[in-house]
Amino acid sequence: MNNVIEVVNLTKYYDNFLAVDHINFEVKKGEIFGFLGPNGAGKTTTIKMLTGLAKPSEGTAKIDGKDIVKQIVEIKEIIGVVTEDSNLYDELSVVDNLNFMGQLYGVPKMERERKIEELLKRFGLENKKNVKFAKLSKGMKRKVTIAAALVHKPKMLFLDEPTTGLDILSARVLRSMIRELNRAGVTIFLTTHYIEEAEQLCDTVAIIVNGRIKTSDIPRNLILKTKTRNLEEAFIEITGLREEIILAEKGGEINKV
Amino acid sequence: MIKKEIKGAFYIAWKDLKTYYLKAPNISWGIMFPIVMALAFVLRNPGEIKELIPGLIALSILFASTSAEAIVIVFERRTKTLERLLLTPLSIESILFGKVIGGVVFGFLISGVFLIGSVVFLGTSISNFISLILSLLISALVFSVFGTFVSVYVKEIFDAMTLANFFRFPMIFLCGVFIPVSSMPSFIRPLAYVFPLTYSVDLIRFFLTGTYDVVNPLIGVTVLIVYSVILFYLSVFTLKRRVE
Repeated sequence: MNNVIEVVNLTKYYDNFLAVDHINFEVKKGEIFGFLGPNGAGKTTTIKMLTGLAKPSEGTAKIDGKDIVKQIVEIKEIIGVVTEDSNLYDELSVVDNLNFMGQLYGVPKMERERKIEELLKRFGLENKKNVKFAKLSKGMKRKVTIAAALVHKPKMLFLDEPTTGLDILSARVLRSMIRELNRAGVTIFLTTHYIEEAEQLCDTVAIIVNGRIKTSDIPRNLILKTKTRNLEEAFIEITGLREEIILAEKGGEINKV
Repeated sequence: MIKKEIKGAFYIAWKDLKTYYLKAPNISWGIMFPIVMALAFVLRNPGEIKELIPGLIALSILFASTSAEAIVIVFERRTKTLERLLLTPLSIESILFGKVIGGVVFGFLISGVFLIGSVVFLGTSISNFISLILSLLISALVFSVFGTFVSVYVKEIFDAMTLANFFRFPMIFLCGVFIPVSSMPSFIRPLAYVFPLTYSVDLIRFFLTGTYDVVNPLIGVTVLIVYSVILFYLSVFTLKRRVE
């Protein structure tokens, strides 16, 4: 089986609001898959459905051949999830946070200790291991949050806006870590606002607008199809943002207000 | 699978004890509040302190088990750490059970402080030690589950405190802590039978002194267990609805 994620007609309503509208896509094993879209397009809702934090209203999806509704526990054991927020425990130290996550995933003690040491080394956190999470910088918190999602050696990693709000250096370090993880065999599902980041990292991208997938292809093909110079321009073309940008540049936004 | 779920619940409880419960404000609140309430009563009626011991122990469990428990989940929802827990392979039942255990252990420890204090300083005698310990644990369970339900039900920390106090404060005066239920006016008694603190005070009184005021201890234990089960599954149901 080459596809690690298969999504068919996945849909989510919040009361009467249609957040995700019958989307279909596949993610191949070992690739970095970019899920792009403007704010409120349905990226996070899709991740929530795929990771068991929200129940689909319609449609199905499989991760590693397992159904996201019926076999969500088995799926949670093989995926790691890094949400938009660095959501670990402020009161616990870096190493205690990693240890706690390993415990919840049932990683045996010896294996857990070995894995935590390896992660601390890989993420350059060795000298911060006894520092409380609350005392870390935003970039460091992000690194620890990603490390916490890897303690149980997931086959697949969901990264929701991993570099949002980080300074240039921290963002660069994180991007190179994402590449390294992918080279180590982890399939990555990435959402980001930064289109150049997606262009640098992703093997395939899908673009979602108003809950619907507009297109899904390798970045080069999207650039060729839209006859643009880079993925950012292709994204603007595909999402129909060009008119809004022109309007905003002319002060249209101010007029609207 | 079940072993993994139970172990996960205990890891959550241990983490909660370290990060929320075993902190000076919680410990002092759990101990100070019942002492202040008792002092106010004893200053008016000196010499009756011994009669208040069962009620004070039950009150200490109520406030210790619910003080942090009632806000833990609301707080974790706000910091998104609850989302982090929900992403693990543990069931919602195990996650909430872990939260409940944290409150049970803390409530039990605080009640132990009162029990030891009353034995050492007031010479309180214990009629049945093992049963007394069990009654402290069952009381801690029902109040911890009550705190969990409050925490799952509300959206803001302020609301959690309001809802918890809406039930806690009437319980102080209606459940036999200061005045035995049998001595209360008959029109108030039905209210006392509604609240779990009544059965907790009565059980502790029975295993300390050998006499009960409200119901046979077996009925008291049954009522507290039924309360715990109902409130626990209401909490599970509410959190599941929130997630979906």
